[in-house]
Amino acid sequence: MLKIKNLKADIDSKSILNNFNLEIKPGEVHAIMGPNGSGKSTLSNILSGKKGYNVSGEVLFENKNLFELETEERAHKGIFLAFQYPLEIPGVNTNIFLKTSLNAIRKANGEKELDAIEFLKLVKLKAKNLKFDEEKLNRQLNVGFSGGEKKKNEILQMSILNPKLSILDETDSGLDIDALKTVADGVNSLRKKDNSFLIITHYQRLLDYIKPDYVHVLMNGKIIKSGGPELALELENKGYENFN
Amino acid sequence: MREKQIDKLKDYKYGFTTDIENIRAPKGLNKEVIEFISKAKKEPKWMLDWRMKAFERLKNLKEPNWQKPKYPKIDYQDIYYYSAPKSASDKPKSIDELDPKLLETYKKLGIPLQEQQRLNGIAVDAVFDSVSVATTFKDKLNEVGVIFCSISEAIQKHPELVKKYLGSVIPLTDHYFATLNSAVFTDGSFVYIPPGVRCPMELSTYFRINASQTGQFERTLIIADKGSYVSYLEGCTAPMRDENQLHAANVELVALDDAEIKYSTVQNWYPGDENGKGGIYNFVTKRGLCKGINSKISWTQVETGSAITWKYPSCILQGDNSIGEFYSIAITNNHQKADTGTKMIHLGKNTKSKIISKGISAGFSDMTYRGLVDISSKAKNSTNYTQCDSLLMGNKCGAHTVPYIKNKNPESNIAHEATTSKISEEQLHYCQQRGLNPEEAVGLIVNGFCKEVLQQLPMEFAVEAQKLVGISLEGSVG
Repeated sequence: MLKIKNLKADIDSKSILNNFNLEIKPGEVHAIMGPNGSGKSTLSNILSGKKGYNVSGEVLFENKNLFELETEERAHKGIFLAFQYPLEIPGVNTNIFLKTSLNAIRKANGEKELDAIEFLKLVKLKAKNLKFDEEKLNRQLNVGFSGGEKKKNEILQMSILNPKLSILDETDSGLDIDALKTVADGVNSLRKKDNSFLIITHYQRLLDYIKPDYVHVLMNGKIIKSGGPELALELENKGYENFN
Repeated sequence: MREKQIDKLKDYKYGFTTDIENIRAPKGLNKEVIEFISKAKKEPKWMLDWRMKAFERLKNLKEPNWQKPKYPKIDYQDIYYYSAPKSASDKPKSIDELDPKLLETYKKLGIPLQEQQRLNGIAVDAVFDSVSVATTFKDKLNEVGVIFCSISEAIQKHPELVKKYLGSVIPLTDHYFATLNSAVFTDGSFVYIPPGVRCPMELSTYFRINASQTGQFERTLIIADKGSYVSYLEGCTAPMRDENQLHAANVELVALDDAEIKYSTVQNWYPGDENGKGGIYNFVTKRGLCKGINSKISWTQVETGSAITWKYPSCILQGDNSIGEFYSIAITNNHQKADTGTKMIHLGKNTKSKIISKGISAGFSDMTYRGLVDISSKAKNSTNYTQCDSLLMGNKCGAHTVPYIKNKNPESNIAHEATTSKISEEQLHYCQQRGLNPEEAVGLIVNGFCKEVLQQLPMEFAVEAQKLVGISLEGSVG
């Protein structure tokens, strides 16, 4: 599904990712762990299409060159990023944002757009599963939401859009145990043989609830070790500094 | 990364011209032309005298020049002051007799006039260049005593009302453009709502400039008698031309005791091309008088068109407990310029005013909010709340806020808030990651920014206005 070969990324001539390689197959869950400044967020930014980076190497998503696709085209093809810091958009109703987003993606894929009633039915169901306060859906997008609510809102969007590849950028940071569990349930309910996940995190604890197939350790812009879920535990015990 | 073709300026949808035979007054501003206009409209002598008085006064007036947008000198002798479709010169008795070309024009503009296709619940007065060509639902409004017709017709049929109120809010000598209008005004709408009547439908005037080298001098007068209510909306469009055309309107509103007037504008005059060539000069005087106690006047404007917009819809709060409101969205793109805002003049006791202004500038454009809040010494216990928000797109545009505040009454209260923001790259990225293209993303964010004002529009027009807000900013990101 996703093949990254020799990815190199600079920002303001500062090297962030270097010789980065990763392959994710359909249905797989990969976790990337790394200390602050290791390049985790840069990776999610580049995959989602954020501008401002100087990139080289190759990134293929379903055999298409990702660098030839605009941000929204990547979203249309099924790439979703749960943002580390979800944005506030004043004056824009959360439901309307969700509906606009879903219908933009459906339209791009030649599917019928949902009308208000169909959409509300869908969003109510998903919100209930995620224990997301329905009343919040009528508020301005992320305005006045707590950190946890913002993160849950990302997962709600993910479950509505049902993407092929979901990238979770430190979704667990700032969540209490209950919220963490809800978020994990949301992810697990989307795990299917065609849906893949890339989970970026500092900590092992999210991986207690979402069992990854692979764990990668990212340091200084490249993956220095890959393994199974046990690698995360090892990392948690040793700490990043002593890991080498 | 690949180059993405962005169609910089989407076609101005209303830029077409109707090929129709016109009757025109000779070019230029002089006594003969004013007589021509008055005669073409079969006006009584008092009206001609009034025009001539304004014309005399005009000779001693100079164009104001304190506004921020500057423009090349206007040659007032090089303008046609009257242009009317030949077929409409003898106003057809019914809409079915109207020139099919005119019907087609309004249909294309989304304002069908024929019986079967009319917009539900909205009565329309259609003004084409210098004349009103049709007014719909007149009979139905007549049943409840509401008068809705062209000002020309009102001068003939309701001279007492016109004599009493015309110029009572904007005096003949007010300032250059207002006085020019008083001398040469051609058509516009007249509304009278009798005491205690709640107007059963939205009233709307659709202004269309068609002929070239022609100015449009619209005159609108709305009177809400005691305890009445009316909601009125105007829309405007013009063909795409290389020349600048002048639209200098006067709009007067009078609300008597316990009456309410809600006046909404969706202004979409041709803004000029992406290099700033052509477009309408929209120099308009709009003023409402809350004459009676407990009266209320509310202005809502969505200003997206015109090369230059220069207007301050204002309220004179004369009656005790009267309320004035101003809700505005002004959008400038490419080389458009706007200097707009309001004046709230508090004269009566316990008067309240509220100003919500949202300015959005993109491209090379420049936007100024200019507003006056004036609380007189007699306006005890009065309040004003002003909120001015500016949104900038890109780094070549400008936004300015110029509030004038005069408070001569210690028991009164004025609050002013202002913000300036930019659409952040992060917000755009977030929306794009959710599948919206950059223009959809900007549309969504901007509509959120304008929401407080859009909510004030009559429901039938809110959706259109939302789309217009998006379209006006097309090509401003990329």
